[in-house]
Amino acid sequence: MAGNVLLQARKVHKSFGETEVLKGIDLDVAQGQVVSLIGASGSGKTTFLRCVNLLEEHDAGEILLDGEPVGYRMEGGRRKRLSEAAISAQRARIGMVFQQFNLFPHLTAEENVMLGLTRVLGKPKAEAREIAGHWLARVGLEARRGHYPYQLSGGQQQRVAIARAVAMQPRLLLFDEVTSALDPELVAEVLAVMQQLAESGQTMLLVSHEMLFVRDVSHHVVFMDQGRVAQAGPPAEIFGNPESERLRSFLGRFHGLFAL
Amino acid sequence: MIDYHFDWSVISRNSGRFAEALGLGLGLAVLSLAIGCALGLACAYARLSGKPWLAWPVRGYVELIRCTPLLLLIFFIYFGLPELGLYGMDKFQSFVLTLSLYAGAYMCEVFRAGLASIPKQYVEAAKAIGLRPWQRQRWVVLPVMIRITLPSISNNLISLFKDTSLAAAIAIPELTFTARQINANTFRVMEVWLTASALYLATAWLLAALLRRVERRYASIR
Repeated sequence: MAGNVLLQARKVHKSFGETEVLKGIDLDVAQGQVVSLIGASGSGKTTFLRCVNLLEEHDAGEILLDGEPVGYRMEGGRRKRLSEAAISAQRARIGMVFQQFNLFPHLTAEENVMLGLTRVLGKPKAEAREIAGHWLARVGLEARRGHYPYQLSGGQQQRVAIARAVAMQPRLLLFDEVTSALDPELVAEVLAVMQQLAESGQTMLLVSHEMLFVRDVSHHVVFMDQGRVAQAGPPAEIFGNPESERLRSFLGRFHGLFAL
Repeated sequence: MIDYHFDWSVISRNSGRFAEALGLGLGLAVLSLAIGCALGLACAYARLSGKPWLAWPVRGYVELIRCTPLLLLIFFIYFGLPELGLYGMDKFQSFVLTLSLYAGAYMCEVFRAGLASIPKQYVEAAKAIGLRPWQRQRWVVLPVMIRITLPSISNNLISLFKDTSLAAAIAIPELTFTARQINANTFRVMEVWLTASALYLATAWLLAALLRRVERRYASIR
């Protein structure tokens, strides 16, 4: 993989009780790249994404952002959990967009975008409002800046959520099945925004079932199966030359899409 | 046959006293609710802290208050505490303390349910933009929780306002006590008690209407 490695995962393990969900994930994301995780549900894609942003804590292995371990530091050969403040500071450098949008319901679109800018980055209100306006315009929602989430469609809410994440200028942007909860006719508007971001050079790690989008936008695709990376490579290789039977059968489900 | 001749002049002659008494009752209710909310919020966090040494005493307090008649609490704090060596409170302070403790127990339960009902996704979104734990509470969890619990807070204010009538038992000149005094001096039983009742009714109804407007204004949460 070319370029500066921004995110590095080595032998990442994660269990929920008895169930081991991640069984040693290795994965690199270079700066400016778009890396997509695909695989059946239950393969650990979302869990991995959540480990990167410390919404879950991995049990073993390491996740490095800019060479710095995420969530802990080494002290005398031992992992020591970082303080909540330090973890929050790390999270501020990683943006995340969720499947269910998760907009703050008591704040307008503009205020949703501003909250992190003022409270986390310490920007003055006026500047935060300007930045929010800029990003809401970029996702095509300038006219809706004063609307509350319940006044917006799912697609619009998700675009606000993207604006909220990008406005923080994160080093890395995570997308967790961001179109799965949307009505089919609203998917395109969200994907268009994501494509724009990818083209602008934003580093992105995404979990998606939108195979055409994954194929067209990703630099690198990772197929996960039962908590492991089963195959990884450029989209042409993954979609053109699936090595394993499982990848072939997984892609087979999207067969109609590729018969172009 | 009923042989009662209404003479409403007693009301107009005492209108100032009625108004003052009503204001006092309202003031006692609002002040107690404010203190009770602060107390209840602290208790709700203690209950949800997962620390038994914090959660259990709070649980004891809530059950004690909820299962004891308010009038008894008023007597205990006003007459009983000095016997235990706690002097220095006048009857107003004693009553506000009682009503605040009473409100705090109910608000604790309201806020506990409210906090528990906040969807986890909002907290995760707050984490994802890098808000620290107390910032997540201050800017996301609390504002959402207050909006969710607003109807319960309103109900409690109306209840507390009506409960201020119990302050009559320790001679605080709120509406009930004042009405009784005027009645004792004039023997205009019907006029005085009808007026007092109407004032309670109208004020509680106005409060409810006002609070419904506030609730509607903050109905941005479904």
